[in-house]
Order: sequence, then C-alpha cells, then structure tokens
Amino acid sequence: MTQTAISITNLDKTYSDGLKALDNVDLEVKKGEIFALLGPNGAGKTTLISAVCGIVQASGGRIEIFGHDNIKDYRQARSHIGLVPQELTTDAFETVWNTVKFSRGLFGKPKNPDYLEQLLKDLSLWDKKDTQIRMLSGGMKRRVLIAKALSHEPDILFLDEPTAGVDVELRKSMWKQVSKLRERGVTIILTTHYLEEAEEMADRIGVISKGRLIVTEEKATLMKKLGKKELVLELYKSIEEIPEQLADFDLKISGGGFQIIYVYDPAKEDNGVVRLLESLKKQNIKCKDFNTRQSSLEDIFVQLVEGS
Amino acid sequence: MNFRGIWAIYNFEMSRTFRTIGQSIASPVISTILYFIVFGSAIGSRITDIDGVSYGAFIVPGLIMLTILSQSISNASFGIYFPRFSGTIYEILSAPLSFIEVVIGYVGAAATKSVMIGVIVLLTAGFFVPLEIQHPIWMAFFLIMTCITFSMLGFIIGVWADGFEKLQLIPLLVITPLTFLGGSFYSINMLPDFWQKVSLLNPVVYLVSGFRWSFYENADVSLEISVTMIMVFLAICMAIIAWIFKTGYRLKN
Repeated sequence: MTQTAISITNLDKTYSDGLKALDNVDLEVKKGEIFALLGPNGAGKTTLISAVCGIVQASGGRIEIFGHDNIKDYRQARSHIGLVPQELTTDAFETVWNTVKFSRGLFGKPKNPDYLEQLLKDLSLWDKKDTQIRMLSGGMKRRVLIAKALSHEPDILFLDEPTAGVDVELRKSMWKQVSKLRERGVTIILTTHYLEEAEEMADRIGVISKGRLIVTEEKATLMKKLGKKELVLELYKSIEEIPEQLADFDLKISGGGFQIIYVYDPAKEDNGVVRLLESLKKQNIKCKDFNTRQSSLEDIFVQLVEGS
Repeated sequence: MNFRGIWAIYNFEMSRTFRTIGQSIASPVISTILYFIVFGSAIGSRITDIDGVSYGAFIVPGLIMLTILSQSISNASFGIYFPRFSGTIYEILSAPLSFIEVVIGYVGAAATKSVMIGVIVLLTAGFFVPLEIQHPIWMAFFLIMTCITFSMLGFIIGVWADGFEKLQLIPLLVITPLTFLGGSFYSINMLPDFWQKVSLLNPVVYLVSGFRWSFYENADVSLEISVTMIMVFLAICMAIIAWIFKTGYRLKN
C-alpha cells in the first residue's frame, strides 16, 4: 500500500484582517507522487503550503506528515519537509556554501560536505559556492533556494512557483531536477502558474479557488473527465450562420465563415462526429479538410475556476 | 533538543558580527574612549571622588552597562528583524526548532557579542583609569545576565517592529533615557529624596547598582534586590517570548 506523505483534514485559515484564505481543505498526497496545486492569484496556494510547513498558524483542522501531527510532533513532521518559497528570499551577503550549510544545520543534520558538494554540482552552483548570493542572477538565486531546501535531504519538497520569472532553458532544467528527485522517491508538491508545467510533470492535480480545494484528481483522469475535444472543419465555401437542421450540435463558426468548430466529449461512445458529418453532407456543406484538438489543462483550469 | 539547529543560528549570527567587525566592535570602543576623554579626563578631573572612588573609575561600570544595554538590544532586534524583513524567516519557522532553541540561537549570539563588547570596553577603560574588581564572579554574573536579558528584550522589539524606524524607537526613547537616569554617571544617593524614590522605579538602577557593587562594593540598592530585579526582568522577557511563539504574533500571521 502506498504510504501517505501528507494528510490534511478540515484545514481552515482566517487571517487577522478577516480574510478567509483556506476553507475546510481536505487533501492527501501519497509518497513519491508529484502533486500540482493550481489556482489563481490569492486562491490560497501559498497559505496552504505555509500552514503545512509551520510558517502560518492554521485556524482549524489537522495536518499530518508521514503520520506526525505538524503541531504536536512538529519536529518529526518538519524534518521531512523542504520548502522552496515563491519569493527570492536569500541572505544576500552570505556565500552559497554557507547558506546551504546553515539550512542543513537548522534541520539538525550532521555536516556532510560531500552531499552538499554533489547537490551544488547537480544544480550547477558548485563554481559559485564562494560567491555572495547578491552577486548571483535571479535564476541562480532560485537554484540556491532549491539547494537550501534539499540540503537536509527531505522526503517532501514544496516548490512554490519554482519557475516564476526564469527563462525557458532554466525552467526545463528544473523540470529535469524534479524528475530526478521523483526517481529518488521524493514527494513533490508544486504550485505553478504555468499550466504546461503541471501538465508536463504532475501525477495528480488539485485546483484551489477562494480557499477551497475544488478538485483533486489524477491528471489523466481529470483531462479525460473534464477535457473536451474540438473538431475543426475547413469549408470550401464560407457560411454566415449554422443551419437550423444542425441546431442539435454544439457548433461555432470561425475563420471568417470558412471553419465550423464542433466541441464534443471524447469519453462518450456516441460523440456525434459521424452524425454531424452526415448532416453536413445533407445540407450540402462541403469540407476540404479537418483536424481535432484536445482541450489543454489550461482550458480545464479556466472552466473549473470560473465555475467555482 | 536540536543542538545543531541552535548552533546554526548562533554561528550564522556570529559570522554576521565578524563580517561587520568594524561596525560591531570599533564603534562602541570609540564611543567609550570619547566618554572617558570627556567625562573621565576633562570633566571628571574636576569632580570629587564618589564614595572613595575617583569619578573616572566610578563611571566605568555605568559606561559598560550603557554600552551593553544598547548593544544587546540592537544586536538581537536586528538579528530577528532582518530575516522578517528579507523574508528568510520562513526557514527558521519551518525548521524543526522549538521557540526556546530559536531564542537560544539568536539571544545567545547577541548576548555573546555584547559580552565581548563589554569586556573590550572594560579593557579600554583600563587604559584611562585604574581598575579594581572586588567581586569578579558577580561582575561576570551581572555582565552576562544583563546581556542575556536585554538581548531578549531586543528579540521582542525585533519581533514587534514592523519597520526600521520602530526598531530604533524603544532603544532611543526608552532605554537610553533610563540608562542615563539609572545612575550610570552618578550615584542616585546624590539626588534629592524625591528623585531618589522616582529613580527606584527605573529597572536600570538595579543593574548599574549591582554591577558597580561588584567593582567597588558601592551600591545604591542591596545586592539581593539587584539580583532579584534582573531575574524578574528575565522572567518577564521569557514569558513574552513564549507568548509570541505560542500565538505566532508577527511571525506566523
């Protein structure tokens, strides 16, 4: 049976100004999985991560890390967690080596220069180990934060928008890092604005909106369940409106009247494609080409958040 | 107990001290020299002995107190405020550390630095006036306890402050006046009766008095009262810090 890494039950957080950032959140994350937490700005993603890590005090509910209550057994609970925060918060005047060593020390781990050396090499920071952090580029600072979070060899890694503001090359290199960590059995919880990132890496996806976790689902299931497909038909002649006889189909005119787009549910056995083509033939609407497009996670995300 | 975690914080803070060694050590030493030149040599030479102690020597304990009080507060308040300001506090809060361990790390480093400065001021004073320490163990006790207690106060201020201005507010508006009026440069017995009674409301009087007693066996209040007061003050600071961590005041909200 797969071990539960994180178990969150009825979690609430109301800030002192009355803002309800988390509303009765329930969530379980299994050991070794990559869980992507998606949501618009101010949805409660960072508050949720902060509550799990002990940075924010929850107003109610319970959080367990590998079975350890994060309040009563905070030492055991926190020792499993590494956190890469959203902001580039670093000790500007410290060297890379010292700051990583400091992070390891905070978690009570004995010195292990070999591990830290390998970690910095993996993150392409070894040649910068004696450089003050303020001298590094934004992307390098982000990698320093990852090194700090991994310095104590955590079983769970929280990545709060790890690729925000970094270039495409670095983003892809970070994805590789994440894959390597997963191979080592590290559980990863990722928040991101780049939905392609979640689509690329996550096993499961949670969508949070207005402090409520509105869906948690396997990525494939979510895309299958909520994903739509579009059939785009290229016409020989343009049309101005959809004929009445085709009113039963979910059709849109596009491309200046030279395209008809049919949105359908691919999971249904009778998805209506064959019937549509027959009906078009009857109406003497001729097609010269067609293509299909699966809706992306972004489409599903927008659909969920707008509906919440 | 997460000793490595405590050491990490302590070591980190001490590294910061040594990185800014000029600012950390030279500044209080220069201030002390100036005090001795002005109050010890220039003005002090015209002031009669107080309880058989030359004025220059009399002000040494008060001067050390003045320096370590302000240093303890500023070291500890900056130590905890800066991670809050820069956002790196997340690392401390998410580490498997109890509030006591966090406090030992920050307060321990701030107090160590203050003790070092206190000793340097003492040694510097030795170049200007003949020094005698009648009770070195009590002197060390008062020096260390004062540094610890006021570092705790500094820690509280560092948590409370929400801007650099507030960080300076209490040291400038409360601590410095209390120190100057707490008998650093005079014996409160030199004051009229009414002001002597008012002075007894000033907690710094008890610290300076006890500390001066350890040098010259001259005290404005009894040693027992001085020790009790410093312990009470320590207990109050500990209680406030415990409350801060329990409620997450300005740290977890």
